[in-house]
Amino acid sequence: MEIREKFRELTEIPEFESRIEDEQIKMTGEHMEVLQVNVGRLCNLACKHCHVEAGPKRTEIMSREVMEACLEAYGMQGFRTIDITGGAPEMNPNFRWFVEEAVKICPHVIVRTNLVIMLEEGYEDLPEFYAANKVELVCSLPHYKAKNADRQRGEGVFEGSIEVLKKLNAIGYGRKPELVLNMVYNPGGAFFPPAQGAIEREYKDRLGREYGIVFNNLFTITNNPIGRFGGFLVRSGNLAGYMQKLYGAFNGKTLPNMMCRSQVSVGWDGSLYDCDFNQALGMEISTGETIMTLAKQPYRPRRICFDKHCYACTAGQGSSCGGSTEG
Amino acid sequence: METYYNPEDLAKFGTMGEEAPELWDKFMQYYGAVFAEGALTAREKSLIALAVAHAVQCPYCIDSYTQDCLSKGVDEEQMTEAVHVAAAIRGGATLVHGVQMKNMVKKLEF
Repeated sequence: MEIREKFRELTEIPEFESRIEDEQIKMTGEHMEVLQVNVGRLCNLACKHCHVEAGPKRTEIMSREVMEACLEAYGMQGFRTIDITGGAPEMNPNFRWFVEEAVKICPHVIVRTNLVIMLEEGYEDLPEFYAANKVELVCSLPHYKAKNADRQRGEGVFEGSIEVLKKLNAIGYGRKPELVLNMVYNPGGAFFPPAQGAIEREYKDRLGREYGIVFNNLFTITNNPIGRFGGFLVRSGNLAGYMQKLYGAFNGKTLPNMMCRSQVSVGWDGSLYDCDFNQALGMEISTGETIMTLAKQPYRPRRICFDKHCYACTAGQGSSCGGSTEG
Repeated sequence: METYYNPEDLAKFGTMGEEAPELWDKFMQYYGAVFAEGALTAREKSLIALAVAHAVQCPYCIDSYTQDCLSKGVDEEQMTEAVHVAAAIRGGATLVHGVQMKNMVKKLEF
C-alpha cells in the first residue's frame, strides 16, 4: 500500500493544512531562494533512510536539455542558490558540465555528496574539481562512530567517508572561507534529531580529536516518513507512533520558514515539486508547470501541496535540507 | 493477556492530575525545571534518568528515556554504559551491605 494511503488511515492525525491558520503560509513567498535540482536517482549506495530510494539500479537521469532549462530558470525566477542533489549527483554524465555552467551564473552552488563516490574509479579527481569551482559541499555523515554510520549507509562507508573528508580538508575544504564543507546528520531510526548546536559540537569534537577533521556546519534533518524510511516504519510497526510523535511536536513557529515556501525542486525529467520529499512522493506543484515553463516566465507565487509527511518539517526545532529552521 | 504494565498507560500519566491538580502542576513544573539545560546538559540529564529508570526498574521510564536519549544523540553503546553504571551501583550497594552482615557475625560469633 502506498504510504499516502497509510497517512489517510491515521485519522487521529489531522491533515497538515488544517494546522495552518494564515492563508499566506500556504503559498510560496515573495521571492524564490533555492533551485534544487535532482539530477537523477542513480547512486553507488542504497541507504536505509533514503527518501528518494536511490541506488545502483535506478535509471532515472536528468538530460542536458533539462539542465539547460534549469540554468535559464535560475535567472528568470530570481533564485539565489542552486542546490544539486540526487542519487549521487556526480553519476550523471553531464554533472561536471552542469556545475561549471551553474557557477558562472550563481554565486552559491551547493552539491550534496555522499563522499564515498569520490573513491570510485573516474571520480577520484572530484575534490579538486569542486575546489576549482568553489562549490559548497553538503555531505552525509549520519554519525561520528563507524558502527552507527555504517548501519545506515552500508558496511565500510564510514571509513571511506573519513578518507575523503581528510582529502577535502587537505585541499582547503572546511579551512578556507570560500571552500565550505557542511555535514548532515539524520537519526538512525524512528526518533528525532538532537538540538543542532549540541550535536554539531559533539561531531566537531569527536571528528577533530580522532581524525583531525574540520568542517563548517552540521545540519540536522528529521527523517521524513516516506520512501525507504517510510517502508521501515511500516514494516517495524513504528509508523503510527512516529507520526504521532511528529504531530505532537508540531511547532507553529517553524511554518513561515518551511523550505517549500522559497524553493522549487526539479525532477530528473523537468517536472517540478515544492520540495524533494514531494518529489519522492510524485506530488507535482499545484500549477502543473515544468522547468521548461519556468525558464520562460518570471516568478509567480503558487499554492504549496501538503500532506501528513510535512509534519516532519515542523516538528520541534523544524527541519529542512539546510537543517533546523526555528530561530 | 492481561498485565499490570501496558505501554498505552504511559500516555495516561497526566490522569494522575485529575484528583490533585495543584500537586500535579507543582510536580510537572519541578519536573520540567529539573530536565532543563543547567550546569548539566539536557543530554547528560537524560542519560542519568535512563540509568535511574533501570535502577528503579520502571518500564515506563525506560521507554521514555530510551527514546529521549536517542533524540538527544545518545547511541546504544553510551546507553549500555549508563545501564552498567546503574547495575554497578546496585551490585555495589548489595555488596557493601555485606559489611553489616559481617559486623553482625563478628558481634554474635565466638
